Parts: sequence; structure tokens; C-alpha cells
Amino acid sequence: MSKFHVSTNVNGDSVEYLCDPRETLLDCLRDKLNLTGAKEGCGTGDCGACSVSVDGRLVCSCLMLGVEAEGKQIETVEGIADGDVLHPLQQKFIEHAALQCGICTPGILVAAKSLLEKNPNPTEEEARYWLAGNLCRCTGYDKIIRAVMETAEELREAS
Amino acid sequence: MDYHSPANFAEASALAASATGITRFLAGGTDVLVQLRSELVTPDTLIDVKKIEGVSDIIRNADGSWTIGVAATGAEMSEHPELGGDWPGVVEAMDLIGSTQVQGRATLTGNLCNGSPAADSVPAMVAAGVTVTVTGPDGDREVAVEDIPTGPGKTSLAKGELVSAVNIPARGDNGGDAYLRFIPRTEMDIAVVGVGVNLRLDGDTVTEARVSLGAVAPTVLLVEDCAKAIVGSTLGDAALDALAAAAFAACNPIDDKRGTIAFRTEVAGVLAKRAAKIAYARAKGEQA
Ligand SMILES: Cc1cc2nc3c(=O)[nH]c(=O)nc-3n(C[C@H](O)[C@H](O)[C@H](O)COP(=O)(O)OP(=O)(O)OC[C@H]3O[C@@H](n4cnc5c(N)ncnc54)[C@H](O)[C@@H]3O)c2cc1C
Ligand code: FES
Ligand code: FES
Repeated sequence: MSKFHVSTNVNGDSVEYLCDPRETLLDCLRDKLNLTGAKEGCGTGDCGACSVSVDGRLVCSCLMLGVEAEGKQIETVEGIADGDVLHPLQQKFIEHAALQCGICTPGILVAAKSLLEKNPNPTEEEARYWLAGNLCRCTGYDKIIRAVMETAEELREAS
Repeated sequence: MDYHSPANFAEASALAASATGITRFLAGGTDVLVQLRSELVTPDTLIDVKKIEGVSDIIRNADGSWTIGVAATGAEMSEHPELGGDWPGVVEAMDLIGSTQVQGRATLTGNLCNGSPAADSVPAMVAAGVTVTVTGPDGDREVAVEDIPTGPGKTSLAKGELVSAVNIPARGDNGGDAYLRFIPRTEMDIAVVGVGVNLRLDGDTVTEARVSLGAVAPTVLLVEDCAKAIVGSTLGDAALDALAAAAFAACNPIDDKRGTIAFRTEVAGVLAKRAAKIAYARAKGEQA
């Protein structure tokens, strides 16, 4: 089986890897680049734990092949904080205890950040629909939604 | 599995024509990757169409018709400033597919060629009179959307053929379309019934109509009796009842955990009425 050489950009860094064409972007991020923030909850596009953004578009990294990342700009949860300074969303998730086991959290942070970039002033309904593809079996979603809505408000006030 | 990313459709067709074993095209991959991961279908040859120039374009042609590239995503269709004004039913049907993440990848062409009887965008495309351009070893042909699926997971595309564009007709005056589906939840589920309606008015009277049902038979159906029930009417109660009866009669659904035969058949009639009312209001230029 011939391997493909892929050059891509993850969180602003140019990276390269060799992959089998059957490997997903999620496999490549986790196993080749050691970026284990994105999680495999289902592997079939249902849970959103593997969410990353590709050229500014929120996608499930389990539904994209590693070879398809050639020449793309990828953002993962590892790129959300600014060094040791947490992103406001991360800070609010802690304040609201919007996570328990934490498996869904990296995907939800990436998805919520993408929502606020597209729509800085979402209604609660819009936020819930946007995040409908991110499943959480622990929190019951309310704390997550409150954290997202409050972050949106703070970011609007700050800008 | 061999992976190819050809630079044009002729090359893609030639690759598929000479491939042995199972071949799949890769658009958004939201069906292909699920089938690959769950070991339902492991293609021997995977042909990625996304490197072909122009495949993400959404173009309004000079005559008002639309050409949608085979890799244009649901998100790109929803974000387009004018497409949804002309064809709200087609855009809302596509937008119902999956989550935000799935919308970032999924395409009309993939939804059609995956061949699911419950594919959401397909009844809306059939109602709208959409055709696809099919490129094969002998050149291009234009095929109506309703002639692509031949059964669950099966299409009429021959070896070496692939869809190279989706063609939506010009909206024209006094027309409107709508798509509604029933699912057991509010998001992220497979249609139990889907109904697409597209019609045109002269004053208050319906002069043209196309009605399509999804998930109630092995393929999406274009139901001429439904159209006949409302053409010539002003969509009064009698016409709506006749529409529902025709939808009811056309159903040949399966029984499964999402809905029984009796339920699916009943819901098809109810949704057909509702979708027709929305399309009618849109044709009159009202918000619906
Ligand atoms: C979580 C989740 C939720 C979903 N929800 C829904 C839903 O609510 N409703 C619904 O209808 N679907 C749903 N789907 C299924 C899927 O997202 C859609 O069918 C989607 O439109 C497929 O498009 P794609 O571009 O991803 O196709 P791909 O996976 O790339 O391809 C699908 C099929 O089309 C063929 N194909 C692709 N391009 C071409 C071409 N140019 N010519 C010929 N054949 C081609 C491929 O060979 C393959 O067989 C869901 C999927 C997931 C993962
Ligand atoms: S692991 Fe990708 S959606 Fe669940
Ligand atoms: S915190 Fe456990 S799944 Fe969300």
C-alpha cells in the first residue's frame, strides 16, 4: 500500500506526515502529530467529539481523510488558548462547570468558537442548533449553552 | 484502497472506467467515510472530485438557471445570497442534512448518488425539476434527478460515469417550492417521510406542479397524481384532500423502528398538504 505525503498547516504551524489513504484526518492528528485533543467518540459523524476547523469551516475530522488535508489550514482545540492564557470560552467552561468527563469538551470548544466567529450574537436557539452535532452524555447541555452565551456577551462587550 | 484526485472530469471518468473492484467518488465523504469506517463498503478505488476546477461554484446563469458544482456544500448553498430566494425548498432540504459539521462537507450530488430512499435533498430536487450532467467515457448527457436512483444504494450511472454538475432550472415568475420531512427528533435523524412541492400560479390558480415523496418507497417518487390533484385549483380544501389522497395512494413504505407503514402513509398526506401550502404562499410572494 503506497503512503501519501501530506503537507498541511495545523494551528499556524506547517506540518507534514505520511499516511495511508484510508486513515482519517482524526487518525493523523492524533497518531502522527500527537494532537490528541480531538477525540473519537463514534467515528461516524454523529457525536462531534472530533470537531476541527478546516479552512475556516467546522467539520468532523473522522469524516475527512488525512490525504484531503493537503494544503489546508486546520485548527484544533490545541490552538484555542494563547500560550498559557485560556480562551474566554475555556475560562467560561470552567466557571460554569460546563464539563464533567470532558470527552466532548474539545469538540464543543472548537464548534462554539466557530459559532462565535460566524455569529457573535447568537440566540440561545441558534447556539443549540449550531451545537446539535456535538453530543454530551454528562452535562445535560444547559451549562454548556450558558457558558457559550455568556462568552458571546463578554466578547461583544469587549469589542 | 487507491486514492486519486484527478484534475478534470474526463480524467475522473477514465480512472473509474479502468478501475477494478469497488469504486467510489469522494465529494464531502459524509456517506463514503461512514461506510468505510463501519466496514460496510471499502472501496478499492477512491476518486476525489474536489481538486477539479470549479466544483465548489454556485453560479446563476444568464437565463436565470443555476449550476451547482458537485462539491458545493450545504453550508455554501445556505450562505449563498440569492439561491435560497429562488429555490428555498431545495436549500432548506439540503440544510436539513446532519449537523453544522456535516453541512460543512455534504453535497447535493453525494446525497443523490448515495442512493438512499430517504435522502432529503432528492425529493426537493425532483420537485424543482433539477437535472444532473453525467460525464462518461462517451461524453456528457443530461439526466433528470428522478432517473438517477434505481433502488436503495443503487443508481443508473454506468461504470465510468460520474455527475459533473447539478442544473437547477430558472425560477421564473410566480413560482414557489418547499420541502418538509418528518423525523422522530428535531435534529440529526433520517426522514420517515419527506415531501417536496414546486408549483407555479396564474393569479390564484395553480398552473404547474411537481410533487415528490421520499422515504416511502425504494426510490424517491415523482407523483403525477399529486400534481394533477392541485393543478387548476386555488389550493382549497378539496384540492388539498385530493393531494393527500394521491400521496397516500403512492406510498409503498417499509415498517421500521422510525415509523410503521400506516404511520408513514398517513404522514405523507399531511406533509404534502403543508408543503403545498408553503410553496403556494411563496409563489404569491408571501413569507412562509
Ligand atoms: C451525522 C450524519 C447525519 C446525516 N444526516 C442526513 C440527513 O438528515 N438526511 C440525509 O439525506 N442524509 C444525511 N446524512 C448522509 C449524508 O450526509 C448525505 O447523503 C450527504 O449529502 C452526502 O454527500 P457527500 O458529499 O458527503 O457524499 P460522499 O460521501 O462523498 O458520496 C456519497 C456517494 O455519492 C457518490 N458520489 C459522490 N460524488 C459523485 C459524483 N460526482 N458522481 C457520481 N457519484 C458520486 C459516491 O461514490 C458515494 O457513493 C448524514 C450523514 C451523517 C454522517
Ligand atoms: S468521532 Fe467524529 S463525529 Fe464522533
Ligand atoms: S462532559 Fe462527558 S460527554 Fe460531555
